[in-house]
Amino acid sequence: MRYHRPETFEEAVRLAAGAPGVTRFLLGGTDVLVQLRSGMVTPDVMIDLKGIPGISKVMRTEDGGWCIGAAVPGSKLGANADLVADWPGVVEGIELVGSTQIQSRATLTGNLCNASPAADGVPGLVAASATATVVGPHGSRIARVEDIPTGPGSTSLEPGEVISGINLPRRGENGGDAYLRFIPRSEMDIAVVGCAVNLRLDGDAVVEARVVLGAVAPTVLVLPDAAELLVGTALGEGELEKLAAAASAACKPISDKRGTIEFRTEVAGVLAKRAAKIAYSRAKG
Amino acid sequence: MAFDKLNSSDFKYIGTRPDRPDGVDKVTGRANYGADAYAAGMLHGAMVRSPHAHARIIRIDGSRALALAGVKAVVTRADFAEDVEGEYWNVLDNVMAGERALYHGHAVAAVAATSSLIAREAVALVDVEYEVLPHVTDVDEAMQPDAPVIREGQVSTSVPAGLSPNVVGYYEHGHGDLDAGFAEADLIIERHFTVEAAHQGYIEPHACLAQLGPDGRGELWCCTQGQWFDQKFCAALLGIETSALKVTASEIGGGFGGKTTQFIEPVALALSRKTNRPVKVVMNRSEVFKASGPTSSSSMDVKIGMTNDGRISAAQGTYRLQGGAFPGAWAMLTAQCAFAPYQINHVKTTGYDVMCNRPKVAAYRAPGSPIAAFSTESVIDELCNRLRLDPMEVRLKNAAREGTRSSYGPIYPKIGLVDCLEAAKAHPHWTSPLKEGHGRGISCGFWFNFGMETSVNLMLSEDGSIQITVGTPDIGGSRASIALMAAEELGIPYENIRVNIADTASLGFNEMSHGSRVTFACGLATVEAARDATDKLCARAAAKWGISEEAVKWRDGCAIPAGSNAGEFDPLPIEEIAGRMGRTGGPISGHHSVTPDGAGPSFAVHIVDSEVDPETGKTEITRYTVVQDAGRAIHPSYVEGQYQGGAAQGIGWALNEEYIYDEQGRLQNDGFLDYRIPVASDLPMIDTVIVETPNPGHPYGVRGVGETSICPPLAAIANSVSNAAGVRLTHLPMSPPRILKAMKERLG
Repeated sequence: MRYHRPETFEEAVRLAAGAPGVTRFLLGGTDVLVQLRSGMVTPDVMIDLKGIPGISKVMRTEDGGWCIGAAVPGSKLGANADLVADWPGVVEGIELVGSTQIQSRATLTGNLCNASPAADGVPGLVAASATATVVGPHGSRIARVEDIPTGPGSTSLEPGEVISGINLPRRGENGGDAYLRFIPRSEMDIAVVGCAVNLRLDGDAVVEARVVLGAVAPTVLVLPDAAELLVGTALGEGELEKLAAAASAACKPISDKRGTIEFRTEVAGVLAKRAAKIAYSRAKG
Repeated sequence: MAFDKLNSSDFKYIGTRPDRPDGVDKVTGRANYGADAYAAGMLHGAMVRSPHAHARIIRIDGSRALALAGVKAVVTRADFAEDVEGEYWNVLDNVMAGERALYHGHAVAAVAATSSLIAREAVALVDVEYEVLPHVTDVDEAMQPDAPVIREGQVSTSVPAGLSPNVVGYYEHGHGDLDAGFAEADLIIERHFTVEAAHQGYIEPHACLAQLGPDGRGELWCCTQGQWFDQKFCAALLGIETSALKVTASEIGGGFGGKTTQFIEPVALALSRKTNRPVKVVMNRSEVFKASGPTSSSSMDVKIGMTNDGRISAAQGTYRLQGGAFPGAWAMLTAQCAFAPYQINHVKTTGYDVMCNRPKVAAYRAPGSPIAAFSTESVIDELCNRLRLDPMEVRLKNAAREGTRSSYGPIYPKIGLVDCLEAAKAHPHWTSPLKEGHGRGISCGFWFNFGMETSVNLMLSEDGSIQITVGTPDIGGSRASIALMAAEELGIPYENIRVNIADTASLGFNEMSHGSRVTFACGLATVEAARDATDKLCARAAAKWGISEEAVKWRDGCAIPAGSNAGEFDPLPIEEIAGRMGRTGGPISGHHSVTPDGAGPSFAVHIVDSEVDPETGKTEITRYTVVQDAGRAIHPSYVEGQYQGGAAQGIGWALNEEYIYDEQGRLQNDGFLDYRIPVASDLPMIDTVIVETPNPGHPYGVRGVGETSICPPLAAIANSVSNAAGVRLTHLPMSPPRILKAMKERLG
């Protein structure tokens, strides 16, 4: 195995594009090192991106959005009061991953690129309409976060492409987001179902909504029809029940050691209701 | 042996809470655990394991592995003794498969290499050709006449005819006339229960360092609950004399019964013999789950009759336990424990040991008893609900006491169940109001406790300090308890006593640290060894003073005249006698070897409150109280620790822990992510009440406490959750999907 620690994205891209065999990028390493030790993957080339200047920074963009460097760990996001005020649902997603120790290493970009359907960091990003800046052999491009994972463990990134950071839009007025997951324990677990909801209000009425489910399909599910049910309402009990039914109907889960199809389908609806209520109360301020 | 002291006020050291002697070593990392052993020229061993649940081994070819630089040996079954029988054969066939691989993860070969990385690489290069055979992992399916047969010829003579050859053991217990007893009942409830297999979940994986030379002599350092058993089993499996192998127990990062047998040790010795180099083997967590010794999974039927005033008129239970691919499930103990807390005139229990394609079970903390309590106490709870009776009063009404003939045979001596029930009833938890949507459950629990073979040496140093050598690895704070008992007898400070764990060459035989026996049996032997030493100390004083030995007694660390007519002499302290012992008759030590009877059962009562999320089936344990009889709490903090630990493990097993197999019989959750033991935030503060009903079989009244604490939780939690969810839950663990499904079915 060859280990590289490039100091620029250009160098990282060059190394990755020319690498033989299996390549893994190292950010926090909380997935890659576990997979390495368990024998799931034995990379030929390991490219550690943490030496690239600026990659561990969180920055407010000129238009009032945010750029989160690829190597920013969850604990640093949680400690950024302005970011938490803007996007609490995004931050609570990544903060649910692992323990305090894992939090000091695990990154949103890594969570995204590991492409687990149960990734806690991803539904919140998708609900927030976040994008990723992708650097590759032919320059850089902006991709929607929901377009990065294509199935369990696979992404749409081309050989030699690297994500340099995640971009969150300007929060604006009267917005709120939330992420909830179901786990059998109280922490240190993996989502059986996850749900993120992002809302904007005008007075008491919802004017914009995004509803996203995790762990109930090979990739996160964006639910435009379920979101549409909320627009124009003040999230009464009737609308919440309709939202739950729509979320359950949209699920395409499997039965496995973590839960049955029946259970995931039911709980997706429950989480959608609960996340929508939290997002609504946050939007109300 | 009659106990000598009845009142806690008689004690100076017993019942105090000093720091444990091994604590600093453990928190600073100075303590040596299994994987901390190193030797010059050491190789690293690794196992080749079956990817199949059941397969004939056609061929094993290690040539590609041996061609890899750094690989020194490949061993298979051919490298072990051939003429082994009985349980030795079972352990041999479990640590290294013979003709067939019997479960997913079964070791079929092993390699030794100069690094663990190379060893791991070499494992993948050992070519094993398998013929996959039909398999069975479910206990009820394994009992069917047409089930795949694990192995012919294992059936014990007691098993009724007509069952699958997988049913290898059959047990019956009880007394009275069931028909007459059920005829007396006003309400009879019969239920079927299922409990999935759980793992002990000890922190430290199995690890050892082995050295075995061509002269047939060797040494083994390993993480174990019983070094003498490793010695005799390893020697038998390698075909060497028992005394040719010296075994040293490391510190132990949890055992709970799971380290009472061998998994990697004989293989490490075989690799060492083949390479003539020391070989270290350390299991990873996946291997621990796949190929150490979890519990049985079980299928049970229980029927209980009760009168309108809450008397149990008759009880019957049938228990089917799979023990993995070998005989040795604990159905006999389940059948014995099931109704042990109660006085029942008409009772019968039946147990079946069943083999299937799973790892060979090992003990897990009161093996067989927690599931027994789950089935019995669930039915009692349901009877109380239906008859509108107070569940605590019903248990008090039926509780076994001194003189009760137990459901498994013996007449009870003095026991503390009624004392525990009274203490539970008086506890504020029991009378506290319950919030809407919460449920409360209680359960009794029982464990036999054991004595067994025990040897203790006690040596006096020239400065008057004491070294005690015991043969029982310290799995639960036993060094502290043993030092306290010696301090009490010798009348010297706890800090002046050091307790060491002997290797197999340094002390007489000791049974393992299991069966809640160490504080009882090792403590009893320590008290006697200390008395042996104080007799000798008194004799030296008698000689110095020129009076008879009977005229001297031992008090507060000094020899003193036994009475005023013995003469006027200043007390002679232990330090003075010790400083001169070489010139006054030679070194002074005490010794005691014993197989004590009278371990004295321990009973417990647990009270549990829980809340169930009606929309997701998720359970939170909101309050938990343990009440248990310790006989005498030598070190109350470690008694409380045992109580809390048993409750914590029970919460895990009740709610989420289970072995999950796929259709091919492969284990799906061989790691702590998906084998869900509770994390700290899953647990409430577990309150404890120590009841002391002294055991007449111990000089201070000690009863074992380690195992009883895991007997009531499954039942108490199931009763609590069932009452919170409004539906009786009969399948453990009560994971959220199971609870949600049961709640939805109730609502139609």
